[in-house]
Amino acid sequence: MPARAHAIVQHRATKPVLFALALLPLAWLVAGIVNHTLGPNPAETLIRSLGDWTLRFLCLTLAVTPLRQWTGLAALARLRRMLGLFTAFYAALHFCSYAVFDMGLVWGDIVRDVAKRPFILVGSAAFVLLLPLAATSFNRAIKWLGAARWQQLHRCVYAIALLAMLHFFWMRAGKRNFGEVAVYGAIIAALLGWRIFKVTRGARYFMKLGSHSAKG
Amino acid sequence: MLLPEDRGFVHPVASEITPRTVFESRRRWLAAMAAVSALGPRAAWPQAAAPKGAALPGSRSTVPGAITMEKPTPLGDATSYNNFYEFGTDKSDPAEHAHALKTRPWTVSVEGEVKKPGTFGIDDLLKLAPMEERVYRLRCVEGWSMVIPWVGYSLSELVRRVEPTGNAKYLQFVTLADRAQMPGLRSSVLDWPYVEGLRIDEAMHPLTLLTFGMYGQVLPNQNGAPLRLVVPWKYGFKSGKSLVKIRFVEQQPATSWSLAAPQEYGFYSNVNPNVDHPRWSQATERRLGEGDLFAKKRPTLMFNGYEAQVGQLYAGMDLKKHF
Repeated sequence: MPARAHAIVQHRATKPVLFALALLPLAWLVAGIVNHTLGPNPAETLIRSLGDWTLRFLCLTLAVTPLRQWTGLAALARLRRMLGLFTAFYAALHFCSYAVFDMGLVWGDIVRDVAKRPFILVGSAAFVLLLPLAATSFNRAIKWLGAARWQQLHRCVYAIALLAMLHFFWMRAGKRNFGEVAVYGAIIAALLGWRIFKVTRGARYFMKLGSHSAKG
Repeated sequence: MLLPEDRGFVHPVASEITPRTVFESRRRWLAAMAAVSALGPRAAWPQAAAPKGAALPGSRSTVPGAITMEKPTPLGDATSYNNFYEFGTDKSDPAEHAHALKTRPWTVSVEGEVKKPGTFGIDDLLKLAPMEERVYRLRCVEGWSMVIPWVGYSLSELVRRVEPTGNAKYLQFVTLADRAQMPGLRSSVLDWPYVEGLRIDEAMHPLTLLTFGMYGQVLPNQNGAPLRLVVPWKYGFKSGKSLVKIRFVEQQPATSWSLAAPQEYGFYSNVNPNVDHPRWSQATERRLGEGDLFAKKRPTLMFNGYEAQVGQLYAGMDLKKHF
């Protein structure tokens, strides 16, 4: 399996195909706007769908590293940047559609709304944190920052994931409608938990190594 | 003169005939749009087609304020975007699940501080007073609104017939909670059954409508069949659906939302642009069914535009305190 899977991931069509697939949700929503099939409250449907897709792309992005370590498919890493950028892309559309269709692009109202509604504040914070990551996604930025600092900056994605989950949880809390929140929460918990597990196991390994050498 | 429409001699002038290339390109464009629409999120809103119910006509109401001149929301929107948590918390859940609701036989028991308590069958209630059509604004606490032509009669017609005692200060409305018919009852979002209440002077106000139909038809199940309350100057959740019991009481009764979140929902819940919900502004609202994504929200009116009719009910009350 690894050789074949490796070939698929490495195939030169993989990235363009992934790119096209990632645009499908947007195409679906645009078709909905054109055809008036987004239901009686199209603005709400649009804003919420874009939020859902942001969260889905965030999960996919966070899944790349665990999947790579688990399967040994190093080539998966080359898809991570595109998925991350699509997360930022849908987050930006989510925020803009909120600003335009919910707030009528009145900045005073947006500021008051962000202050009034904790879930909007948390969502906005996640979006603002996402911006520097999207802005430093190209190779020159990595070189310019240095790999270590770049990686440190991009660890922000864990905070973003937690803020996004809180945003989603609070949004649904009004109706105590936690079914989907639990699903996304479990996925994000597993993806972040995997990393904690890797780090602490590594730490324990080094601690053991340290205590052995001290005795020795 | 009995001239036929087409006399056979009048032909279109050449300049009015659409050239073949133009209509063919239009056909291609239409085909392309059809292909795009096949991609669209149609499945998410399968009930856009309006349900067709039995006719229930009403004469045009003469109650002051009962007929707004605003354009009614399309029936398809009013029947596919509903808050009726007994059928699920998503707006599309009631249209999807409410068909299972059996609305006959149906009785409403009237009890408590009245001289003539009793149980009324739905057919008796339908004949109790003449049906009127009333076109009301409906403002949801969530910040959207519709305009709906309801059919029913003033609740006061029923209240008078049961003769409230001097102790009857409030009415409590109890709605159906039947696990066999209502999948949403599995959720713990509210305590069931859903209960609501009004002060007796609010209940006696002629605009408070005991409602059996909308758009000239009997109520679709998702809109609260076979009978519901409509209190147009209060947020929508004050208007209980699928009523089974009306209780006349001396103390202010419990209401479901104020039990679930007392700091967010008060007993009165009058539409008021100056008193925000703790978690969002109530200053504006989105009118649904206008089909335009870019339509600006409209300012919310005091008492939902019924201030002239109901303002005096609250004279001297601090509406920030009694939200």
